[in-house]
Amino acid sequence: MSADAMRPPSRSGPSEWMRRNLFRTWYDTVLTVVFGALALYVLARAIVFVFVDARWEIIEVNLKLLMVGRWPSEELTTIAVAVAMTGLLIGLVAGLVRGRQVRAGTAVRPSIGSRLADLAGRFSLLIGTALLLLALTDTAGPWTMAIATLVAGVVGRLVGGWLGSRFLPRWVTRLGALLIVAIPFVVFFYLNRAVPLAAWEGFFFNITAAMAGILLCFPLGVLLALARRSRLRLLQSMSIVYIEFVRGAPLFVLLLMANVSLEFFVPAAIAPSKVVRAITVFTLFTAAYLAEIVRGGLQSVPRGQEEAATALGLSPFKSMLLIVLPQALRNVIPAQIGQFISLFKDTTLAGLALGILDMLSAAQVITQQPAFRGQGLIIETLVFVGFLFWVGSFTMSRESQRLERKIGVGER
Amino acid sequence: MTTTVRSRPRFYRDVRILTWAFQLLVFAVVAAVGLWLWGNFRRNTASSGIPTSFDFLSNPTTFSIPGADFSPNEPVRNAYIVGLINTLRVSIVGIVFATIVGVLVGIGRLAQNWVVSRLSTVYVELFRNLPLLVLLTFIFLGVVLQFLPAIADSWTPLGWFVFSNRGIGVPWYDGISGWSLVGLVAVGGLGWWLIARWRRKVHERTGRPSRGVLLGGGFFVLALVLGWVALGGGITLPAVDGRQIAGGIRVDPSFFALLIALSVYTASHIAEIVRGAIQAIPKGQSEAAMALALKGFQRMWYVILPQAMRVAIPPLGNQYLNLIKNSSLGAGFAYFELTNVTQVTVGNGSPAVPAFFLTLLFYVVLSLVTSAIVNIANRRFKVVER
Repeated sequence: MSADAMRPPSRSGPSEWMRRNLFRTWYDTVLTVVFGALALYVLARAIVFVFVDARWEIIEVNLKLLMVGRWPSEELTTIAVAVAMTGLLIGLVAGLVRGRQVRAGTAVRPSIGSRLADLAGRFSLLIGTALLLLALTDTAGPWTMAIATLVAGVVGRLVGGWLGSRFLPRWVTRLGALLIVAIPFVVFFYLNRAVPLAAWEGFFFNITAAMAGILLCFPLGVLLALARRSRLRLLQSMSIVYIEFVRGAPLFVLLLMANVSLEFFVPAAIAPSKVVRAITVFTLFTAAYLAEIVRGGLQSVPRGQEEAATALGLSPFKSMLLIVLPQALRNVIPAQIGQFISLFKDTTLAGLALGILDMLSAAQVITQQPAFRGQGLIIETLVFVGFLFWVGSFTMSRESQRLERKIGVGER
Repeated sequence: MTTTVRSRPRFYRDVRILTWAFQLLVFAVVAAVGLWLWGNFRRNTASSGIPTSFDFLSNPTTFSIPGADFSPNEPVRNAYIVGLINTLRVSIVGIVFATIVGVLVGIGRLAQNWVVSRLSTVYVELFRNLPLLVLLTFIFLGVVLQFLPAIADSWTPLGWFVFSNRGIGVPWYDGISGWSLVGLVAVGGLGWWLIARWRRKVHERTGRPSRGVLLGGGFFVLALVLGWVALGGGITLPAVDGRQIAGGIRVDPSFFALLIALSVYTASHIAEIVRGAIQAIPKGQSEAAMALALKGFQRMWYVILPQAMRVAIPPLGNQYLNLIKNSSLGAGFAYFELTNVTQVTVGNGSPAVPAFFLTLLFYVVLSLVTSAIVNIANRRFKVVER
């Protein structure tokens, strides 16, 4: 929007704006003064803390511990490669979506400059945080990783855009879809070979556990939702019992149970490590919530869709798989992102319940190091940890709101 | 030409039989997994001699619970009850605080006052996107244990409160029993309700102002004060007495931290619900209220909020459920609620599986009761359609 359009009509200048929005009545004035003073005070204290008082050495020294725990230094390249591959995947998917939009003629933003500006604006916090983290490191590795990820993302985006805007033979699209689904598993096994899953720690654990939980819970969650909606009484009641029981139980207690009582139910030979336990609990827990989300999505698809599919001669199974479910899942993407955010935040519980050295636990542990003990540095470390979680959740929730507006689910 | 029409298809094409066969198959798989787990459990507990019954509930507790009148010789059963009460205590107070703050912030986000609406937005976006455990750890380790002064130089604002890292002293009632206090509140509340009903009838019949809140509330306060004095009640103020807080009631630091974290976190979610609910009310309602010359507060209180609450009740109930379940995090900060009691008693030799199963059952029942209450409220406030 140009500066001229932003300017309010000449009759109401800044003083008129202030009169209307700050000092309309006497109690408005009181509120403005009291809360304004409070906000300024807190802001001033926060600025002084961050830029003057805080001793950020503890973060600088322990950055690796916070990010990836005790991951062996010589294996750090695996993480860099994995992150770059994730960048490639994201770029590929974004490119494909964009290419399809171009082909369908529904793409909105024309020029590349405005699209880049839009992206930079939307992810400015994320980019800023990444730069901050890079600035805190003193080795070349993270920089290489960031640049490689950026390049991989751009390459993926270009390839995806090229592929998406073309009409491709069916076998190519199928192979491509298979590849895209396979990349996360390849990345996982690649990482797992370098350092077994049981030793994944730090922020890396928080992120991977949340992603694993949300991906793995999908089959079970969708099946539970379908069972709950079906007319098959036995399946329906089994699904209801599961969903309501899990939703009534606190995640923290379930994690504690996985910690102390799983040995009794599973032979010792296959008793999994703590990280696997945490991911299993996250998966089973999130499946119940996802089932309710998907159920809402299924209800949002008009009955006519299913009837039309039947009229076209599709079997009930095919009409569900090809007609109803895609629309249902698409309608609830924002709710799914919301569930992912809450799982991302809840991965911190695994540290407390299972003794995994996740980022929050690491933040507490490092204040006990001889160089930093007893100096009250817990505030610095917790502010840092909280900031990283906050940036992630905030960016995702804003993107999900944007998507919600775009899909228009909330409009109905 | 005639074709024979079978009245029923063959059994392997009969939909009714097929669906049941499918369901039984799924059930059999689930049951098989369940039986396998159960068999492992029986075998493992038998070989290690760990009891599987609930007899451990009668064993002595062997640990003490700070802040409760509880001796280590009492059976584990009583520890569970203390834990349950503590869970309920922090949950109920937390729900009240979170609702008040959440509704205020939710209204604040829509306020015309720029400062208020911006601050409310910052509040919501800040706390909604922070993990609760990070917030709780920060409040407990960072604020309560670090910023609150030692007991010797504690703050005593107005002489009514004592803030120290040993606990927070708050004025409390004294001289009368809790039950007579409940009775007084009940009598006052009943009077308020009767007076408000009578005044509303008068108002509807004659059009004179009802003043139900003024008269009813006046009666409530009067009944409380008079009853208090008649029963010989008083107030004790907290004071520092050596290394202790004497008088008043001492709020445990862990309780305080958990309460603040739960309230602040849940309030940010409630604020979003309230905002959404208010925005769901058609603008015409607010304009009509303005046309009736209702003032800002009246417009909110009599026209907008009652309708918004109707929309907000189901998601609010969800948040209350979340708060109750999240109170289990108190276990990490030495607050003796249900989960902590279970953890400690398991650590002291109670069998883990029955102990945790019992806890889980408590939470599920609590959730079911809460959602039943929410459903009743929802039905009560729903629009009665013709």
